[in-house]
Amino acid sequence: MRKYCFLLLGLWAVLPAQAMEPIQHWVTDKGARVYFVPAPELPMVDIRVVFDAGSARDGGHPGLARLTNALLDQGAGDLDADAIAERLESVGARLQTGSRRDMAWVALRSLSSEQHLQPAVEAYRKVIATPQFSEGVFERERRRALVGLQQAQQQPGEVASRAFHTELYGDHPYATPSEGTPESVQALQPGQLRAFHRQYYVARNAVIAIVGDLNRARAEQLAASVSADLPAGEPAPELPVVEDLTAAQTQRIDHPSSQSHILMGQPGMRRGDEDYFALYVGNYVLGGGGLVSRISEEVREKRGLSYSAYSYFMPMARPGPFILGLQTRNEQVDEALQVLRDTLNTFVEQGPTEDEMEAARKHITGGFPLRIDSNSEILEYIAMIGFYGLPLDYLQRFNDRVAAVTRDDVRDAFQRRVRPQRMVTVIVGERPSE
Amino acid sequence: MKIAFLLRQLALAMALLAAAPAWAESGQVHEYSLDNGMRVIVKEDHRAPVVVSQVWYRIGASYERAGITGISHVLEHMMFKGTEKHGPGEFSRIIAENGGRENAFTSRDYTAYFQQLEKSRLPVALELEADRMRNLLLPEEEFLKEVRVVMEERRLRTEDKPEALTFEQFNATAFLNSPYRNPVIGWMTDLESLNIDDLEDWYRRWYAPNNAILVVVGDVDPDAVAGLAAEHFGPLKAEEVAPPKPRTEVEQKGVRRIQVQAPAEVPYLLLGYKVPVLLTAEESWETYALEVLAGILDGGQSARLSRVLVRDRQLVAEAGAGYDLHNRQQTLFLLDATPAEGVDIDTVEQALRGQIRRLRSEPVSAAELERVKAQVVADRVYQDDSIFYQAMKIGMLESVGLDWRVGEEYVERIQAVTAEQLQAVARKYLIEERLTVARLDPQPMDAEARARARAAQRGGGHGH
Repeated sequence: MRKYCFLLLGLWAVLPAQAMEPIQHWVTDKGARVYFVPAPELPMVDIRVVFDAGSARDGGHPGLARLTNALLDQGAGDLDADAIAERLESVGARLQTGSRRDMAWVALRSLSSEQHLQPAVEAYRKVIATPQFSEGVFERERRRALVGLQQAQQQPGEVASRAFHTELYGDHPYATPSEGTPESVQALQPGQLRAFHRQYYVARNAVIAIVGDLNRARAEQLAASVSADLPAGEPAPELPVVEDLTAAQTQRIDHPSSQSHILMGQPGMRRGDEDYFALYVGNYVLGGGGLVSRISEEVREKRGLSYSAYSYFMPMARPGPFILGLQTRNEQVDEALQVLRDTLNTFVEQGPTEDEMEAARKHITGGFPLRIDSNSEILEYIAMIGFYGLPLDYLQRFNDRVAAVTRDDVRDAFQRRVRPQRMVTVIVGERPSE
Repeated sequence: MKIAFLLRQLALAMALLAAAPAWAESGQVHEYSLDNGMRVIVKEDHRAPVVVSQVWYRIGASYERAGITGISHVLEHMMFKGTEKHGPGEFSRIIAENGGRENAFTSRDYTAYFQQLEKSRLPVALELEADRMRNLLLPEEEFLKEVRVVMEERRLRTEDKPEALTFEQFNATAFLNSPYRNPVIGWMTDLESLNIDDLEDWYRRWYAPNNAILVVVGDVDPDAVAGLAAEHFGPLKAEEVAPPKPRTEVEQKGVRRIQVQAPAEVPYLLLGYKVPVLLTAEESWETYALEVLAGILDGGQSARLSRVLVRDRQLVAEAGAGYDLHNRQQTLFLLDATPAEGVDIDTVEQALRGQIRRLRSEPVSAAELERVKAQVVADRVYQDDSIFYQAMKIGMLESVGLDWRVGEEYVERIQAVTAEQLQAVARKYLIEERLTVARLDPQPMDAEARARARAAQRGGGHGH
């Protein structure tokens, strides 16, 4: 999960002209927004339909968005789950469904020749538009989801993440876990899933991203075909505003683990945030740059306290979390937490050094071509650009915007946006016995 | 699905040239040998102006003897701790400033170091890799900190993960004398007693050009890469590298069975059958047949475990199967499962073994076999979307002593597998005498129940 967050954060840019064709954009008759990048080198196609149908839309029924998404390929149109899987897999196609707080998606990877792609798309469009949500399937998948929730309880990192979001977001829809809680999942009914699908899996609430061995005409056909069975519907309403934290809070949760997992943070920034580049570049220095960041240097390299110590912003539709984290043997919690806090405080007070800024700019701009060196990465980016309504030339302008960030910009942005004295801290582990 | 996770657990991650000429062709592989015995393999992929460089060493946990388990992985961490020329952490800083991503990973059979870069930065990576191949300093104060980091890594990956813990003990039960019984990250007490002299020795013995393979994939001119490799790695001295003792696993004489008790909420089941790999099989087709069998069981949602056990009979929440024919030594054909809510683990074990019995007793249908093959054909195309994976495939094969061309034959060999062959390998290898079973037996999670359990244990202890 965290890996995925880094991926989304890793949106740096300026492209060498030859690396990626410009993004093509249009809207289908039904009102779905399409983003397309031709990639003729490999005989394959990736398509991902993203809906504003993540768990932020659960509406007081945590787990609803996730379970709705999980049931899509378990029976749709006239096909049961076996038939869907057979049709896709007999042509080597891969279907993937998933959801997080902001979004839910259905993705297909297929060979691009017509005899492969066509049968795969036939099944794919049914999965998206006409899932069955039958009683028996619902009951089975709910039971599986409950086992998943029990397994999450075994993992200190999962326990920490759930508690962290609850503390951070209070009454906001971002507070509840996408997987729901045992009680909330137990209370779900198939009718709720049907209603959720009817409201949110609609063309005007969808972004279609396509990358692969297709010309524009075939891509238009493909987009039209996967959205044809969707009602036009309405875009999802705006999410409520996220309130800032007013005081520091610390929560300790007992867990039978040899390590404690520490998460500390606050609401961070949204996609398209005016401080995005200053915070992004600054965070690279603070805790985003793998082994070379300040947090990693202080916690791991100098003191050997943790295998993984980091910070990151997770930009979302509304301010997603700014998270600092590490795991350490239970006996070292106080020391590690102190180091983490000191490192953050110093950084917010003083900002990065000129050398650190230079290194950050070089890393981010110099590594740009790596971000778009495969179809799957390009797909990830254009889906994100489309979903959050970022400008089409976002990637082209990215390196210039990174290069323009100064040391003062970073210090100023961190001082305005980051409040070390009003953070949530969650510690999950076994308290060392006296 | 979970098996994929477990197989990944076996590999621990740590932490140019002129523009290609117009005639350059993606997909071509070029091989070179340096005078000191180092192999250089370059594959062209001109889709994007990037390059991946990987240095593979023929050393990993399966080379380790008792008492020093985990040393290959600790040494991997220490490779970032400096040489004469570049101090601790300098390697990472230089790669980062060049826009690169880097990391390293250790498995049972190999250790590899990689950088992903914009293509003009390749010389930077090669110079740094050549430097640390023979000039590592191994400062003791850095070691003392880093081994603590590795212990934290062990806690994170294994100690606090009941399923990973079960897998570790399962593995040590399945193998008696094969080095595959050791966890890649090492036993905790071995990590505690490791010292800098052990590492010095390990480094001198295995880190040499004649025990290494450089794999470069990307938008490069192969001859220019070979030139750079010769410039940087060419001057390094070869080392006498003694091949490890065979330590061939003794024949298993019946089912082995263990129970792992750990704080957990959900039970978990692992089954493993001893099977040959390409390097040990008398008949190589057997190993491709085993690959297909794993696909029959777990090759997607239409495969048997998902269809029969998850959806139809609803006995498991998750189940998986996995096998890797490219291991260096005899390995396991694995199955695992998480019971569905309220389903007894005995029932789940019977169901999994029932699936194995069915593979022995009746031929796989033509449609199922075709589906597995169709997926293998398509995956071959999908894999080429990642230059990193292309390099991985070459490096994994070469570092266990297989030729990279073996990877090129894979699809063809899979396509040649017949239903009769599937049944034959199932009857020969997926049998009781070769089976090991492990169960995770969940213990109370909450503090009070734990305290009660401890007290009861202490109480019981007095009696003995």
